Amino acid sequence: MRWATFGSTRAALARGETTCEAVTTTFLRAIARKRHLNIYTYVDAEGALRTAREQDRQLATGEAPPLAGLVLAVKDVLCIRNWPVTCASRMLDGFNAVYDATAVARLRRQGAILIGRTNCDEFAMGSSNENSCYGPVLNPRNEIYAPGGSSGGSAAAVAAGLCHAALGTDTGGSIRQPAALCGVVGLKPTYGRVSRYGLVAFASSFDCIGPLTNSVEDAALILAAMAGVDERDATSAPVPVAPEPVGLTDAARCAGAALRVGVPKEFFGEGLDSTIRCSIEAILHRLRAAGAVVKDVAMPHTRYGIATYYILATAEASSNLGRYDGLRYGYRPAPDGRKRIDLHALYAQARSEGFGKEVKRRIMLGTYVLSSGYYDAYYAKAQRVRALIREDFDKAFQEVDALVTPVTPVPGIKLGSMINSPLKMYLSDIYTVTANLAGVPGLVIPIGAHASGLPIGLQLLGRPFDETHLFRLGELMMQLAKD
Amino acid sequence: MASYETVIGLEVHCQLQTHSKAFSPDSAAFGARPNHHVDPVSLGHPGTLPVLNRRVVDFAVRLGLATHSRIAPRSVLARKHYFYPDLPKGYQISQFEDPICTGGYVDIGRRIRLTRIHIEEDAGKSLHDQDPESTLLDLNRCGVPLLEIVTEPDLRSAREASLFLQKVRQLVRYLGISDGNMEEGSLRCDANVSIRKASRAPLGVKTEIKNMNSFRHVERAIEYEVARQVCVAKAGGTTREQTMLWDPIRQETRPMRSKEQAHDYRYFPDPDLPPIVVTPEACAAIKATLPELPDARHTRYVTDLGLPAYDAGVLTDERPLADYFEAVLAALLALDGAPGVHACAKAASNLVMGDVLRALKANPSAGFPVSAQRLASLAHLRMSGAISSSGVQELFMLMMTQKGTAKEIAMRHNLLQVSDDAALIPVVAQVLAANPMQVEQYRSGKKSIIGFFIGQVMHGFEGSADPKRVRVLLSKALDSPAP
Amino acid sequence: MTVSVEQVRYIARLARLAFSPEEERELAEEMSAILGYMQTLDELDTSDVMPMTHVLDLAGVVREDVVQPSITAEEALRNAPDSCGDYFRVPKVID
Repeated sequence: MRWATFGSTRAALARGETTCEAVTTTFLRAIARKRHLNIYTYVDAEGALRTAREQDRQLATGEAPPLAGLVLAVKDVLCIRNWPVTCASRMLDGFNAVYDATAVARLRRQGAILIGRTNCDEFAMGSSNENSCYGPVLNPRNEIYAPGGSSGGSAAAVAAGLCHAALGTDTGGSIRQPAALCGVVGLKPTYGRVSRYGLVAFASSFDCIGPLTNSVEDAALILAAMAGVDERDATSAPVPVAPEPVGLTDAARCAGAALRVGVPKEFFGEGLDSTIRCSIEAILHRLRAAGAVVKDVAMPHTRYGIATYYILATAEASSNLGRYDGLRYGYRPAPDGRKRIDLHALYAQARSEGFGKEVKRRIMLGTYVLSSGYYDAYYAKAQRVRALIREDFDKAFQEVDALVTPVTPVPGIKLGSMINSPLKMYLSDIYTVTANLAGVPGLVIPIGAHASGLPIGLQLLGRPFDETHLFRLGELMMQLAKD
Repeated sequence: MASYETVIGLEVHCQLQTHSKAFSPDSAAFGARPNHHVDPVSLGHPGTLPVLNRRVVDFAVRLGLATHSRIAPRSVLARKHYFYPDLPKGYQISQFEDPICTGGYVDIGRRIRLTRIHIEEDAGKSLHDQDPESTLLDLNRCGVPLLEIVTEPDLRSAREASLFLQKVRQLVRYLGISDGNMEEGSLRCDANVSIRKASRAPLGVKTEIKNMNSFRHVERAIEYEVARQVCVAKAGGTTREQTMLWDPIRQETRPMRSKEQAHDYRYFPDPDLPPIVVTPEACAAIKATLPELPDARHTRYVTDLGLPAYDAGVLTDERPLADYFEAVLAALLALDGAPGVHACAKAASNLVMGDVLRALKANPSAGFPVSAQRLASLAHLRMSGAISSSGVQELFMLMMTQKGTAKEIAMRHNLLQVSDDAALIPVVAQVLAANPMQVEQYRSGKKSIIGFFIGQVMHGFEGSADPKRVRVLLSKALDSPAP
Repeated sequence: MTVSVEQVRYIARLARLAFSPEEERELAEEMSAILGYMQTLDELDTSDVMPMTHVLDLAGVVREDVVQPSITAEEALRNAPDSCGDYFRVPKVID
């Protein structure tokens, strides 16, 4: 792919070397070629080409929107008017959204060409993209591996060159982990930075929409286009969006080198793959050499992250998924011949047939921790520990501007290897969930590869609403990784 | 029944008169075609989010202040989970641990304490009787704002429960926050009823009665349920804690299917909705806009205006009537030669409670038939003696259809009576001079013959003299020593 | 931490899910393990920590009471598995 990033495509468009239509056609052909990866759940070739041609006309007259030519895939959990949205679940079979998610609407207005929807774990619950009614996605870097999850399709689409960028969602690491496993850039913005309106809720106090891209610059452009307060989301923050550094200039990289970077030792303990550890240590060494201050910081409550996260997230999920009953929309089982059906049976049949195994497991866990007699021991307790985890971050950010950590403890997930061990799967989210618990932004960048061909990712965590520093540092570290 | 005390607590739901719904901008108006006031939020579509309507908070604070409640500076919206086809999200947004108002009271002769007032959203409507094989759903009402008012178990009879409800209805109508219409369901009430042997005894096992949609039903249902519980107790049994439905056709309460009674609502703070904030300034601003409430008005009418308690009760029952009465009184006091406040108030009260209320009852939708200013002119005319009591009624009817002040219309229709001494005295003298025998009889003690003289004088004026004044003048002339 | 099959049934009923006896046993085992792991939080003394519901310090977010144009009834019913005139239709509910 000649113009894998939107940044390079935009420059080529400006020079008249290509057209939006040509770029879109190239991606559509690639999608057709890579169908076996099972990445897209829906492709709107006609709509994408129509938009592309329209933009080519606008480019000719100088009226094109700023992101004209950006070919964007969208995770199948975001609503796009008149498109199906299934969340990779049988439960939403046949459902078509009647409105645009705010983030999608904003990107569309700025010129994004929506090319299709990407596969994911059912209702974004999973870390391998194997919990999907469409079947698993194959990792384009090594096809016997999973792409990670839950935004596995989005990460794979970007890695396989099937779009410039894809939107994903991140509740406990669902953008960052697949970005690392597929070797692309993935941003989980600050909670509240991007409106959640139109994002099918998994865990409302954690869910974030973010971009997966082939460059830090593209991630910054897309964030700037979709960020900002939304009257449809009471938890969207009225914090101004910093003007994104266009092209992430040398000056920006210099500023990155002036930062203080923290290394939390709790993220480098037992269980971390040694190649990942060495790669990160090597790059930290170069960062120090480039002038950055690198120091150890303490995040003592990290080890409680998984327990806290899975209590709160499953509780919220059990509530958010209560609406799926096949009565007003979605999956309704065939009538069993009885004219009058017990209300409980009506619900139980639709929900048991419509939801997959992992979703049902999480609904059960979440219902349990909220049920009478257990609320204080689990839910309220976890809410308190969440505050302690946030405190860890606040304290660390008094000393440093960003944290550097691994993304996953393991180099990759072989297809089928974890599907039957839920707790083991949950534990693999150890490095990503605390950012969601604290609401801070996280940027994942590729910094190398294992011998297997699987990429190695690195995670940068920043202060709330300070994505700018992450972009600068990320750009710098990607450069350092190449040197 | 004398040996048992009845203990009742009420949960009153009051639908608020807002333009849009509690958490979404679709119309909250009553009476639309089915499913014509439903936006994706009301439908519980995937990805939708609630945003609180400011006016709902204002209305809650209004009712809180009017019931002397403590207004929480911060209160929390929570999710209450249960499954029912007309509850699209699988949960109702309500308040649980931190309601907006606590600890108020309402006086109904006795003081009835309020546990709390909280904000919640209404559910849709299920129609079970339209089709033998299915249930139909109209979701227009989903998300319409409600206030739930919960009393302490302070009510001691069905009559008190009904009085309390009427008081609440009066209050919400005064405050302009609800139409308080029980038949249309904008005021709904569930009653928790128990009995106990002595007033100090611990509370007995309670039952909850639902489905009472008029003040009469509330009284009947509670009476029935109390009698039933007494029956059970006298037979040596114990009341089971259960939910009863009032059947208005059979005039009895019967238990709901016990299967659905095990409630485990799994409340937790709604992560989509930040806390509600009511600053002391906002509270003061709302307080400044509160109308004078019925209790205060009642007291003022009795003490300041000298009205009988009965008049005060009738006049203050509905705010528009009280406002009208006060406008009439103000206009009357501004007229030349108006007597003291008490006399004016009584005169205005007589007209408002008599002629005006009668006309309103005959045609409730037409509004006040005569403007306050014009009604004052009628009261003024009456107090001056220029019109008889029967003339007042006739004149009022004429004023409803004709233009002009009371005096102008009275003149047009010859309704004025002569009460001017200058005109009356010569005729009185003439009548006495023409009937010396009767004068003699009067002076020798047959006082009743004065009626004869009054008739003669009235005759001289063709019936249009003021009989009261004529009597005064005759007595004066007859009782003075003979010339 | 042990979750019994009876508890699994109770929770399944609350969540409106149905499982086969074998699934119930499997869930009881998995939930026991996961909930047991979650009890590691008991190591922490959180008696003086306020529960955190929102990571953002937002409060008093409201919208004005203004009606905005919305979708049509036809759009509202378009996704319904079954409808009748202006109504959603669902199997007869026994109260």
